[in-house]
Amino acid sequence: MRVGLFVTCLIDAWRPQVGRAVVDLLDRLGVLVTMPAGQSCCGQMHVNSGYPGPALPLVRRYVRAFAACDAIVVPSGSCAAAVRHQHAGLAAAAGDEALRRAAEEAASRTYELSEFLVDVLGVTDVGAYFPYRVTYHPACHSLRVLRVGDRPARLLRAVAGIDLAELPDATQCCGFGGTFAIKNAAVSAAMLADKTAAVKATGASVCTTLDASCLLHIGGGLSRCGLDVQPRHLAEILASTR
Amino acid sequence: MTGSVPPYAPRGAGYLRGEAPFPAAAQRALTDGQLRRNLRYATRTIREKREHAVAELPDWPQLRAAGAAIKDEVLAHLDDYLLELERQVTAHGGVVHWARDAHEANQIVTRLAAEAGATEVVKVKSMATQEIRLNEALAAAGISAVETDLAELIVQLDHDSPSHILVPAIHRNRTEIRDIFLREMPDVDPALTDDPVALAEAARSHLRRKFLTARVAVSGANFAVAETGTLVVVESEGNGRMCLTMPPVLITVMGIEKVVPTWRDMEVFLQLLPRSSTAERMNPYTSTWAGSVDGQAFHLVLLDNGRSATLADPHGRAALRCIRCSACLNVCPVYERTGGHAYGSVYPGPIGAVLTPQLTGVADQPTLPFASTLCGACYDVCPVAIDIPAMLVYLRSRVTADEADRRWLPTAEAAAMSGLAWTMRGRRRWTWALRAARLGGLLARPGKPITRLPGPLSAWTAFRDLPRPPRRSFRDWWGRR
Repeated sequence: MRVGLFVTCLIDAWRPQVGRAVVDLLDRLGVLVTMPAGQSCCGQMHVNSGYPGPALPLVRRYVRAFAACDAIVVPSGSCAAAVRHQHAGLAAAAGDEALRRAAEEAASRTYELSEFLVDVLGVTDVGAYFPYRVTYHPACHSLRVLRVGDRPARLLRAVAGIDLAELPDATQCCGFGGTFAIKNAAVSAAMLADKTAAVKATGASVCTTLDASCLLHIGGGLSRCGLDVQPRHLAEILASTR
Repeated sequence: MTGSVPPYAPRGAGYLRGEAPFPAAAQRALTDGQLRRNLRYATRTIREKREHAVAELPDWPQLRAAGAAIKDEVLAHLDDYLLELERQVTAHGGVVHWARDAHEANQIVTRLAAEAGATEVVKVKSMATQEIRLNEALAAAGISAVETDLAELIVQLDHDSPSHILVPAIHRNRTEIRDIFLREMPDVDPALTDDPVALAEAARSHLRRKFLTARVAVSGANFAVAETGTLVVVESEGNGRMCLTMPPVLITVMGIEKVVPTWRDMEVFLQLLPRSSTAERMNPYTSTWAGSVDGQAFHLVLLDNGRSATLADPHGRAALRCIRCSACLNVCPVYERTGGHAYGSVYPGPIGAVLTPQLTGVADQPTLPFASTLCGACYDVCPVAIDIPAMLVYLRSRVTADEADRRWLPTAEAAAMSGLAWTMRGRRRWTWALRAARLGGLLARPGKPITRLPGPLSAWTAFRDLPRPPRRSFRDWWGRR
């Protein structure tokens, strides 16, 4: 099985340690990953900001970059949701039938990391060790668009040494929402304040989720409040060993 | 969209346009601590009850699909169903009036009320008459309108406007309500307490006098059955039924999308609506009538006001499925913090963010489609499965296209988006851009996160830190591996 890593633009640029964690984790599970260099961004930021036009070439790039992969792993619920739920529609709206078919086909090979581990590899215990108190925020797009369900929780529960603390009002959005965080900064901050208060209430020293973007937001809020809670992507926890 | 678009709801009439753009109005609302506490308590309570009421029905997904399918059938043949409704209502002795917009609807109702010799009309809660601001139009003709739904009465006495579809006074708590009654209600007991029973009794005796003297009642409608000409009003208090049955003239104002094909369809909607809105298995009062009953004259005003324009857009028309249950408001994290007034429309919350800009045209409400994080909670609870997040994204593209049409130069945001996409589609360009991102580290002191960004990005650092950029991008690490 040829497995391609779609690392996402945000992780590539701002949190490369998440990409490295995915590579380490899959390597440990005996899966050889490639990182096709032609990849860049899923285009979601453009589409969700109201600019579907510039996103279309990015759909084309995605389809081309991963054409030779049997499975595509994405360490982001939001980007995987964009590939699966936006790409084909963008091609259809542009009247490009060949691209629509190709995008649909590529989408069917695209998995968010927890889906790939649980559904494709069939593992929940990945042999990780992480001796910290951790709380999990189910990011909105993985929860309500991809419907990853309890896959992340099952993976976390199998981690040795972990102390999982349930997050109050876990399914409430953290307030990120892409450009929403800029355009409606005050409302976004009010949502973030509730989220960071909930994280604080758990007494956890680590907050985890499936999306680097939500993590950047929650982490930025925790850091601003001076709370000593580390934001960690699920991949970083699963990659940790003794 | 191609071809000529039917007219939008006209400016200068009705309550579909706010005084301030959403971000400014929302920021103001956020500073009201009392409002935020009231909203938080009320939305959370309703949210939990709804979840319970819906979980009771094993066939909820099928009911939801049926509700969506019935509404889509109506929207696909709206002209036929409306003509059928008109035939049936007329055959039962009612009179049907067609109103292109708020102006026409207000003129029709005002004329009918004046012809009946009314100086005061009683009203059962109605979104459509709030949408057209009928009360103001009647007042201009010397006719006062008395809201009889308890929450609407509170809002009216306070000279305020509703902030929630179902619970118009959700932004008020009982102490505030007592103060409003003491200030505004003639012959109220000055020793009135904030006990809910006492408050309801004060409203009851106030309203009873109105019901007994009014010559004209004005109502909205939850549904209108084309097959039988039956109008349906769903309510909790019984005040609506008093309105619908006592005055000698009844005028119902209804958006054209409220029609359903058959009586049988009510089986679906009378399950979907109460469980989604008040979290009840069945609402206490469901009034149904066809045409003129027991000598009471009946007029039906069918209101367009931008609905045909909404219908003309295949990507936006599903917003007309809405049955005004308000479940989407109660789960929305944005609405929970801002309340309804920030949306500047009678239709607030997620459904308002997709419906209002379509009724007015996006140029008049360009910030509403962006008043969401796209978290998707609204779509999950919608009883007629309106994909609000996808529709918001679509309407955002209409806003940016509209801006592009009206400007010589692209907005800074449009230029940034195109520039970024151009960078991302060239392998070398993107690799170098990722390396250049390292320069962001210059914005922070050594070992510290970035706490101040320039320009529009300062809105990020106003509330959150940003970690320093890494020394190497992922692809540079991968390349050296």
